[in-house]
Amino acid sequence: MQTNQLLALFCGTLLVLGLIAFFLGRAKAAKVRAGGASMYAQPDQYAWFSVLSTAGPAIAVGVVGALAMLLLGTAISPLYLLAASLVVGCAGLAAGIRLVRPDFHARQAIERVIRFFLAGAALISIFTTFGILISIVGEAIRFFQMQSFWDFITGTTWNPGASFLAAAGRAEEGASAAQFGSVPLFAGTFMITAIAMLVAIPVGLLSAIYMAEFAPARVRTLAKPVLEVLAGIPTVVYGFFAAITVAPFIVDVAGFFGLEASFNNALAPGVVMGIMIIPFISSLSDDVINSVPDSMRQGSLALGMTKAETIRDVVVPAALPGIISASLLAVSRALGETMIVVMAAGMRPNLTANPLEDMTTVTVRIVAALTGDQEFASAETLSAFALGLVLFVVTLSLNLVSVIMIRRFREKYRINNL
Amino acid sequence: MTGHSAGEPVTRNEQANHELSVRVRDLNLWYGETQALRDINIDVYQKNITALIGPSGCGKSTFLRCLNRMNDLIPSVRIAGLVEMDSRDVNEAKMDEVALRRRVGMVFQKPNPFPKSIYDNIAYAPRMHDLVSRKADTDELVERSLRDAGLWEEVKDKLQEPGTSLSGGQQQRLCIARAIAVQPDVILMDEPTSALDPISTATIEDLMDKLKQQFTIITVTHNMQQAARVADYTAFFHLGELVEYNDTQTMFSNPATKKAEDYITGRYG
Amino acid sequence: MSQSFDEISAQLRRRHRKSARLKWVSMGALGLAGLFLVLFFADMLVKGLPAFQQAQIQVQVDYSERAAELPLAAVQEDVRPLVSRGYLRLIPGRMEDNPELLGTTRMEWVMADAEVDQYLKGHHTRLSANQQAVVDRLKADGRAELRFNTTFFTSGDSKMPELSGIASAAMGTVMTLLVTLAVSFPIGVMTAVYLEEFAPDNRFTQLIEININNLAAIPSILFGLLGLAIFINFFGVPRSSPLVGGLTLALMTLPVIIISTRTALRSVPDAIRHAAFGVGCSRWQVVRDHVLPLALPGIMTGSIIGLAQAMGETAPLIIVGMVAFIPDVTASFSDAATVLPAQIFTWAGEPERAFVEKTSGGILVLLAVLITLNATAVVLRKKFERRW
Repeated sequence: MQTNQLLALFCGTLLVLGLIAFFLGRAKAAKVRAGGASMYAQPDQYAWFSVLSTAGPAIAVGVVGALAMLLLGTAISPLYLLAASLVVGCAGLAAGIRLVRPDFHARQAIERVIRFFLAGAALISIFTTFGILISIVGEAIRFFQMQSFWDFITGTTWNPGASFLAAAGRAEEGASAAQFGSVPLFAGTFMITAIAMLVAIPVGLLSAIYMAEFAPARVRTLAKPVLEVLAGIPTVVYGFFAAITVAPFIVDVAGFFGLEASFNNALAPGVVMGIMIIPFISSLSDDVINSVPDSMRQGSLALGMTKAETIRDVVVPAALPGIISASLLAVSRALGETMIVVMAAGMRPNLTANPLEDMTTVTVRIVAALTGDQEFASAETLSAFALGLVLFVVTLSLNLVSVIMIRRFREKYRINNL
Repeated sequence: MTGHSAGEPVTRNEQANHELSVRVRDLNLWYGETQALRDINIDVYQKNITALIGPSGCGKSTFLRCLNRMNDLIPSVRIAGLVEMDSRDVNEAKMDEVALRRRVGMVFQKPNPFPKSIYDNIAYAPRMHDLVSRKADTDELVERSLRDAGLWEEVKDKLQEPGTSLSGGQQQRLCIARAIAVQPDVILMDEPTSALDPISTATIEDLMDKLKQQFTIITVTHNMQQAARVADYTAFFHLGELVEYNDTQTMFSNPATKKAEDYITGRYG
Repeated sequence: MSQSFDEISAQLRRRHRKSARLKWVSMGALGLAGLFLVLFFADMLVKGLPAFQQAQIQVQVDYSERAAELPLAAVQEDVRPLVSRGYLRLIPGRMEDNPELLGTTRMEWVMADAEVDQYLKGHHTRLSANQQAVVDRLKADGRAELRFNTTFFTSGDSKMPELSGIASAAMGTVMTLLVTLAVSFPIGVMTAVYLEEFAPDNRFTQLIEININNLAAIPSILFGLLGLAIFINFFGVPRSSPLVGGLTLALMTLPVIIISTRTALRSVPDAIRHAAFGVGCSRWQVVRDHVLPLALPGIMTGSIIGLAQAMGETAPLIIVGMVAFIPDVTASFSDAATVLPAQIFTWAGEPERAFVEKTSGGILVLLAVLITLNATAVVLRKKFERRW
């Protein structure tokens, strides 16, 4: 039988068993109650408890069996597994009905089960983090078994081209050995991130200052959601915009000044990424500036300071931890941004300081390594995970520092809405 | 009220100085539709302490903020009437409120030191106003202001620590030092001790007494004993009106109005 | 004696100028951000709106025996390169379905080739001068015009620009988001309920909280690596399928739903919980019957916003292979599929000029849906916003 049919059979039988459990449980509880005994819970609650005691063990057996097959490769016949779980289900049904007694706390039992399930759901987020970590670290270790870690960190040539030959056992035929020096990728990533920050931090921060300190209330309520639209535009759309509109424009402008720019120049994705990140900075900075106590502003104004002096010397320094925290989050976002650079930045690892040249980034190489028709075990495919590991570690640290800074700020002014 | 013209105190305090500092005539103020001050007339004299007392919401803090135009920060406020300093109407269009605030300093209810070091809290404004430029002058001004505020001995070894690291009473004295460092004519104090413990309060009261040698001090207080202890003149506000302006001693022993008497004797408040 | 007002004002002039400058510069920054937005939308509209129109030409179609063998023969030689090859390919099939067509000759409006389409829209075209003259003549005779492009909404991907549409990608998006919602909504709400209403405030709970905030900030491409390594390579979920894409996006959407649900739960005042406990409800009954219904609008708002985010996500889906070429609209959770953003990505990589238009058209559709979703969320929030 097909797995699908087995699954359908399992679900169907379980449903029937559950219904039986529900009605038997309720009938028994109603009978006990009619007999004059006072019970701890309502008949419906006993009924639901019976259902839980039937379905719970059956599903548990099914899941454990399936996992055992998948993880350990144990050969269990699916039919036996089905039978076993249904038998357990019937046993659970019998036990559940037996427990319909006046002195049994059915409601508390149900609450415990629910609580257990809720906690289980909460664990999924932890599993996700571990899943990311394990999947990346596992494959990255395989990569570092093939390639030297030191060369990866310090090498200046990224040339994975020949690695598929090595994977196919024909390394000698390759013109040159594959090289995985990641320095040019990180240089490209940092260049584009730096350009993005040069756009996003001044524009975002100044917009936040205008909204929080100067703008009339009406402008503020309008401007904030409009800026948020920038954050809601999908990155693939920004990538297209960068590649089709901004990059040719930059080439034209550079040409006007007699400079030569590549159509995959780093400036276009950098600037567009900066635009995308403006609302991250402006929104958080606006919140932080607003939560600087008004008494600080008044203290400065009362000394005969102008508004701008107050903002520059008192408000912004007071809000600085929050602003830095927002900027760190933005940097983390820019480092991990993928679509804009995949579509608008180059593919060529290029160690240069000229933003008009094409250069590539970590995320571009991850995508390139995983979308080709490579053998999964080839060094090039696995290199994606090594790059991913570095990206994970860097963004994680930035996020943590950012969280700690915003927490400090919150404690300083005892603000709870951040 | 008889025997004195509008704005003058009912009874003169003969020990007090009587050079005019601030002259207020027919001052009215509205928050949107609500009138918060009605026809206020008062003459405040130089190098005195004038206390403003009255129940909560009577307009005394609002009145105080008219004197350095802090009410400008609230968009819905409308003001009519004359507030005159140095023969100039502070509300006139060509009056620069920043210039006004340089001459009328303010100390707030809750201490609000800047997120800077103790030294920079004080040096910041004089530097911006070009009162000092050389390091030695600045050091001297910081020391003098802290000495005048009675804080020097406590902080002279930790001038580079943040202002927020001080205790509440010290922070408030830091704010006073900050205000006197720019050498204003008038210092407004908005319940400067209400957030402090009794010992810090006593220190600040002593300080105010010293400072009136150099500055005109107008203070709002909830605490009638404080007004009685420190003020030369006391003004009693009620429901946006200035009910009685009198020599402090007379105000507390023999007030001219029934309302002031009721308030002082604790019949309401 | 201190300085007079006029002396101080004179000193202040420079400082006031500086102050005004900050105001104008900061206002300019906000204006610049707004200008970016306007430029961006204008650019997309100019590039994308023509995609909703498609050139059609009226030609004589000759349903001869020969056309059944060689569809090219169905139209005359001069207009042959102007007719969409996709249309010509259908001719034998139509003749089989309707035998009475055989031997007839009809004037028919047919879909034009993408190059004709581009020429009629005034863009650069690869048509020769002769062919351009033919098109001009047809246009003058009223036999060539731009009509509403239904194909764009009803067909899947194609190598021929005039035949390609967003239907298969739209279906893929719907299937993928169904999986995402089915997984992330219950788990997200359950997690939030646990953290807000049940969990003791201990180390472990704090760990979960920090972890959730962190997940929200992890680059999306890393979720793609997780999907590839765990879902595809380990659990054997079919590559490129809405199932694996949906699961990957679900993990990304989870933090958004958890965080917004927690905010919604927190905004329900404790008085309501106390009242319910007071009449003897158990904790779960309080949550189910009193807290959750009150928090529902907030939960819905957060979920819609999370879904909108997932809908625009591309990078992790590329990693799990959802950039497949899908010509037919299929509704299956396990077959290869693509989604709208991935379709946009694929089209953006096509060299033909006509695909730029398709890409922008697809972008306009995607943006329209996203803006609608977000506007719904805002309206929902406004409508049910309650101050306690």
